[in-house]
Amino acid sequence: MLRLEKLTKVYKTGDKALNAVDLEVPQGQVLALIGPSGAGKSTLIRCINRLVEPTSGSVLLDGSELTRLGAGGLRKERRRMGMIFQEYALVERLTVMENVLSGRLGYVGFWRSLFRKFPQSDVDEAFRLLDRVGLLKMADKRADELSGGQRQRVGICRALIQNPALLLVDEPTASLDPKTSRQIMRLITELCAERKLAAIVNIHDVALAQMFVSRVVGLEKGVVVFDGAPDDLTPEVLTRIYGEEDWAETVQPVDEDEEAAG
Amino acid sequence: MSVALDARLGQPWKKPPFVKSPALRWTLIIGSILYLILALNSIEVNWARVYRGLDRGWQFFVAFTNPDFTSRANDIRLGLTESAVMTLASTVVGIGVSIPIGLGAARNISVLPVYLTCRAIIAVSRALNEIVVAILLVAIFGFGPMAGFLTLSFATIGFLSKLLAEEIEDMDKVQAEAVRATGGTWLQRYVFGIHPQVVPRLIGLSMYRLDINFRESAVLGIVGAGGIGATLNTAFDRYEFDTAAAILLVIIGAVMVLEYLSGIIRAKVQ
Amino acid sequence: MAVSTKNGQKVWQRRDRNSQLKIWAMWLIGTAIFMWSWTQISAATTWSFFWDAPRIAADIGGRAVPPRWAYIEKLWEPLWDTLNIATLGTILALIMAVPVAFLAARNTTPSALFVRPIALFIIVSTRSINSLIWALLLVKILGPGIFAGLVAIAIRSIGFCAKLLYEAIEEIDEKQVEAVRATGARPWQVMVYGIVPQIMPAFAGIAVFRWDINLRESTVLGLVGAGGIGLQLQGSLNTLAWPQVSLILIVILVAVLVSEWVSAKVRGAII
Repeated sequence: MLRLEKLTKVYKTGDKALNAVDLEVPQGQVLALIGPSGAGKSTLIRCINRLVEPTSGSVLLDGSELTRLGAGGLRKERRRMGMIFQEYALVERLTVMENVLSGRLGYVGFWRSLFRKFPQSDVDEAFRLLDRVGLLKMADKRADELSGGQRQRVGICRALIQNPALLLVDEPTASLDPKTSRQIMRLITELCAERKLAAIVNIHDVALAQMFVSRVVGLEKGVVVFDGAPDDLTPEVLTRIYGEEDWAETVQPVDEDEEAAG
Repeated sequence: MSVALDARLGQPWKKPPFVKSPALRWTLIIGSILYLILALNSIEVNWARVYRGLDRGWQFFVAFTNPDFTSRANDIRLGLTESAVMTLASTVVGIGVSIPIGLGAARNISVLPVYLTCRAIIAVSRALNEIVVAILLVAIFGFGPMAGFLTLSFATIGFLSKLLAEEIEDMDKVQAEAVRATGGTWLQRYVFGIHPQVVPRLIGLSMYRLDINFRESAVLGIVGAGGIGATLNTAFDRYEFDTAAAILLVIIGAVMVLEYLSGIIRAKVQ
Repeated sequence: MAVSTKNGQKVWQRRDRNSQLKIWAMWLIGTAIFMWSWTQISAATTWSFFWDAPRIAADIGGRAVPPRWAYIEKLWEPLWDTLNIATLGTILALIMAVPVAFLAARNTTPSALFVRPIALFIIVSTRSINSLIWALLLVKILGPGIFAGLVAIAIRSIGFCAKLLYEAIEEIDEKQVEAVRATGARPWQVMVYGIVPQIMPAFAGIAVFRWDINLRESTVLGLVGAGGIGLQLQGSLNTLAWPQVSLILIVILVAVLVSEWVSAKVRGAII
């Protein structure tokens, strides 16, 4: 469904963030992208929806080549890619409901969006999503009144209301405590399963990735150095991605009882 | 599906209004509309006069593309020098007077009677428009740069003392305490405890005020208090738009240079 | 800070010799400039007038007290005009300042090479020139009256408001904007949803702040014929009607204090 071909990004400073990355993601697959800071994880995700303009190579979403689209065509395709951010990136001074509905901006005309006159079907869908993540009561609160975990849930609703085929998730748990991190990861994977969404999840917490995803891709200096099942992440593989360290602790199977209690 | 969700589905959604109480909200809305209608009605625009004036406006615009610096070069030079002189002298004197008043107006280091007096001086200086002060001082001291100089000094005092006082009130009290604990006199306490913290800020504010004083000095001439404003006023009265445009360009240029310099100096001391 | 060795002993000094010399040189130059400025002012001053000043001040003060309270009857209308000049002028300025600010901010300008310099020039030129000078000019073009004053206040405020506003725009959190853009929103929608909510508090603060300043400035616009209470002040000064002058000054002072109080209240309510 999503295919990256020789995707390369060189920043103006000369840093090569991505070096001819090839990647294919089938429908419904949740993929974790791991790698050290600066490996190009964030750049890769942003090159897919062209928030960062790739230098060369192509991105194909269901056969349409995103890298060739003009501004209007790109906006249409962006609607099919929901994005979830590290620090939530909610518009802090807008209400929860406005933040969720802003996911529909690509479908609604300018004047309707200016006066907040969204179609009833969008409003209903926003309510359903907020109910699904347990925040229906917060609908009219301002986003900056929410806790970190709550904000990330709103961020998830904003991405899902776009009715996307693909979720781009950038470090969804980096600003959250361990318990909330698991809850958010579980929510994302559950929702992807419910809606048969593909997802690329940038994550630096290897244990958390292993717990929830079916496929892991390791990125190092802009090159894919690992692509396989979470169980194949051996200490040797992690050393190749992150460098020398004692990995025995990390790859131990997670204690599910503790997880259930938390 | 929860009960709460059922209740909301199919219901329209509106952004919660900024003013919660509907009575207050409508009072504000209707009040503002009413005010706008009344205010707009009270403005009489003589469109015929405006139409005739457009021609002059166009002349002025053309003058800007072809300003005349030469025919009154001497007047412009004298006016500009006078403005610069007034600006410099009044800023220096203003700072000199502002420091003691600023110290006196800082609640944490001053005694009550001194505090109240200094605050009163600041309040009067801030409330009176420079032009009004200039008119009175021209009436008292006669025409010329002396009245302008005094006006700007007085305005500088209100501006700088207030900010200085706030700065001192905000500053880290612990540092001043530490110097007091070593048993210093009042002056030592000032020099070692307060001075090092406040000086960079004071220099920044002074540069900013220098900038403001120059701009103000350009208008004081209109009421006879010296500076380039008098030259400008004369040019307008004679409808010499090309000279007026030249003077305005000189003022804009000078302000830009001053702003640039004060930016550099402020960046250096902070 | 420097430590030097003198007679085999270490001596601590706050600055080394060169920087100390530089500081002295700066003081010397500064003092020289100030003294020169002072001689210029002094040369342009008739000192007999200057020493006569206390007597004249006492004389004017004596004439100005008590203020002619009955004259207040004639001040209500000019006061209303002054308020309108300030308020409508501020509204007009804000309408024009918003697009200028968006064109001038590095992160929203359509072209940093062509459009931004023009916007910055508008900001600098309108800001550098005092509203009284704008009024002087506009009275010649539009004819005397409130309208000229209103436009003068509006033009003078464009640069001020646009400068503060574009600084606020440059300080916004780009991540929030990026998130809105990622949904496939059009540029105008990105502006309304991503940028505008972030600068709203700054905008409201600037509006009230400038309104307060404009009310002060519009009290004197009448001096050059641009309407408001300044007209009465000019008239009273010309006829040497000091009791009226003192009343007008009191009225202006009260108006300024009220406007300061109102703007503080409104700012408190918004932020």
